[in-house]
Amino acid sequence: MGLLEAIIISVIAASTPLLLAAAGELVVERSGVLNLGTEGMMIMGAACGFAGAYLTGSTFVGALFGIAAGAALSLVFAALTLGLAVNQVAAGLALTILGIGLSGLIGAGFVGERITPAPRLYIPLLTDLPIVGKILFGQDGFVYFSIALVATIWWFLYRTRAGLVLRAVGDSHTSAHALGYPVLKIRLLAVLFGGGCAGLGGAFLPLAYTPFFIPGMTAGRGWIALALVVFSSWMPGRLVAGAYLFGAVTILQLHAQAFGLGIPSQLMSALPYLATVIVLVLISRARGSAGSVAPASLGIVFVPDR
Amino acid sequence: MQLVLEKRAERSTKIAILSPLLAIALTLVTMSILFAILGKNPIAALYVYFVEPLTDSFTLMEIAVKATPLVMIAVGLSLCYLANVWNIGAEGQFIMGAVCGSYLAVVTNGTGAGPWVLPAMLVMGAAGGALWAMIPALCKVRYGANEILTSLMLVYVADLIMDYLVRGPWRDPKGMNFPTTASFDPVATVPTLFETGRLHWGAIVALIVVALAAVMLGRTIKGFEIRVVGAAPRAARFAGFSSDRLVLFTFAVSGALAGLAGIIEVAGPVGVLQPGISPGYGFTAIIVAFLGRLNPVGILIAGLFLALTFIGGEGAQISMKIPLDLTKVFQGILLFYVLACDSLILYRIRLIATPKKAIHGTA
Repeated sequence: MGLLEAIIISVIAASTPLLLAAAGELVVERSGVLNLGTEGMMIMGAACGFAGAYLTGSTFVGALFGIAAGAALSLVFAALTLGLAVNQVAAGLALTILGIGLSGLIGAGFVGERITPAPRLYIPLLTDLPIVGKILFGQDGFVYFSIALVATIWWFLYRTRAGLVLRAVGDSHTSAHALGYPVLKIRLLAVLFGGGCAGLGGAFLPLAYTPFFIPGMTAGRGWIALALVVFSSWMPGRLVAGAYLFGAVTILQLHAQAFGLGIPSQLMSALPYLATVIVLVLISRARGSAGSVAPASLGIVFVPDR
Repeated sequence: MQLVLEKRAERSTKIAILSPLLAIALTLVTMSILFAILGKNPIAALYVYFVEPLTDSFTLMEIAVKATPLVMIAVGLSLCYLANVWNIGAEGQFIMGAVCGSYLAVVTNGTGAGPWVLPAMLVMGAAGGALWAMIPALCKVRYGANEILTSLMLVYVADLIMDYLVRGPWRDPKGMNFPTTASFDPVATVPTLFETGRLHWGAIVALIVVALAAVMLGRTIKGFEIRVVGAAPRAARFAGFSSDRLVLFTFAVSGALAGLAGIIEVAGPVGVLQPGISPGYGFTAIIVAFLGRLNPVGILIAGLFLALTFIGGEGAQISMKIPLDLTKVFQGILLFYVLACDSLILYRIRLIATPKKAIHGTA
């Protein structure tokens, strides 16, 4: 396997958890809800996903556990922000703090254990093709699922009636409510979907990326996923580009560290975070004249009047 | 039957006072259930967590030591949150304050420098925290970049900068290769208040910060401006208050306070610059700010309470083998209940019998 091929495969692996979590958050934000708890839901997905896979020996069950954990945590967020009209920023932060604590508690019993990593696709001939074979036909199920997920989200948002309603709720909850759409119910479903995606993104880490669980192993990926949604201008297509760009930054800094180059390793490790800040600034600046493209009701509490 | 929220005609003062207490009560009930799930006696565990630390003068002082950074950071954050500015990178500002202040301690180490070192360190710590906070503030004001994400990203960067310094240029040559600076000289150390224990003058600084913030918020135009911009941005614009200027101001003040807390922590109880100087003070301070109702005196009380959970959590880990992560779970649950109970100040929950078709209630 050539170096380039190895790099591309590791870039895909580094991008997939970001893409999964960001795709879910994109739907949540399109419905007008800002859930900053992605990091907490991801790390819970990682802990529960590992627990599920370790106890049953099945990656698939592990992934389901991860989805369930992320969705369960997002339900708490929904109860607060939709049910009790709590400030979404504060509730999202609480969710992250809670998720980090709970995952440490759940994962403590599994630290040091190993599992078999997720199986990779193998199609005779196709997977054996030079260069592109492994990249296109030799990935694990998460990778294919993440691409299919984004495609489905695009189709849902722009080609279905339900997607149009969801976008309407996010752009003007008062109008959508006046038209008779159940704003809170639609938002609840979006939040649960986002929670499941974040949980799955987190579960990818111990199930496919490294075959073990470490407390805090998401290392800020949830926050980067949030930044990716801003980067994508809330459009699914750009989300894929953004996620792969960030995956590439992560992997290139690892390779640069391996080569030495005399640059402090901490500077290289800081690159993904610095890149996030720089990208946010560039995107916001470029948009400055064109006006904001964020869903108009994003982060605003909605209490239906009677 | 369906539960719906109904806006109150005016905010309920009674619930405003009761809400933090209700939140704490609900948290304790939830924690008891968690203890039971973990197979521990809930009563005994709660006693170790919340009562035992109060029965001993040493742990009482430790509570004040832990509360010092929490209160200082939370007071700064409360100004941001009142103005609807979301600085959640206080942890990074805390670290950069510690780093900038420690620079002086490192270069003067063993040179017999005079007593000017500590005051200069405190100034540099506050300046370092403020400058680090100005990055997200300027990105927001100049380019409209979301301050929540930028301030949070800079926490990781600050952590890596400190890591580089204590493993590289600032490492103690006599430190057996441990990633730590040399112990600070006495002139670079915050003196303790008493002969025994670690309680130091930083606690007094925290009390002064609380008093100054209370005066500023209650008695000055600036405090009024903060509250108006946060509560009614449109009215604030008509009054000529600039929200951009306020973003810069609140970030600078909260950054300076977090930085000051950082340098006081390393020059006080810790005594060296090393990784892990903060058990997440910058994040716990967010909870302190909300539990204290974004009010300086409330924050003082909330800071002491959260400090109690840190000390109680350590005690419970040692005596009852309860995992330390439970303290974080506790803090997260507490913040949830605080936010939920605060909602009752503005709304009342109504049970309605037969919802009309167009009404969609709570989730």
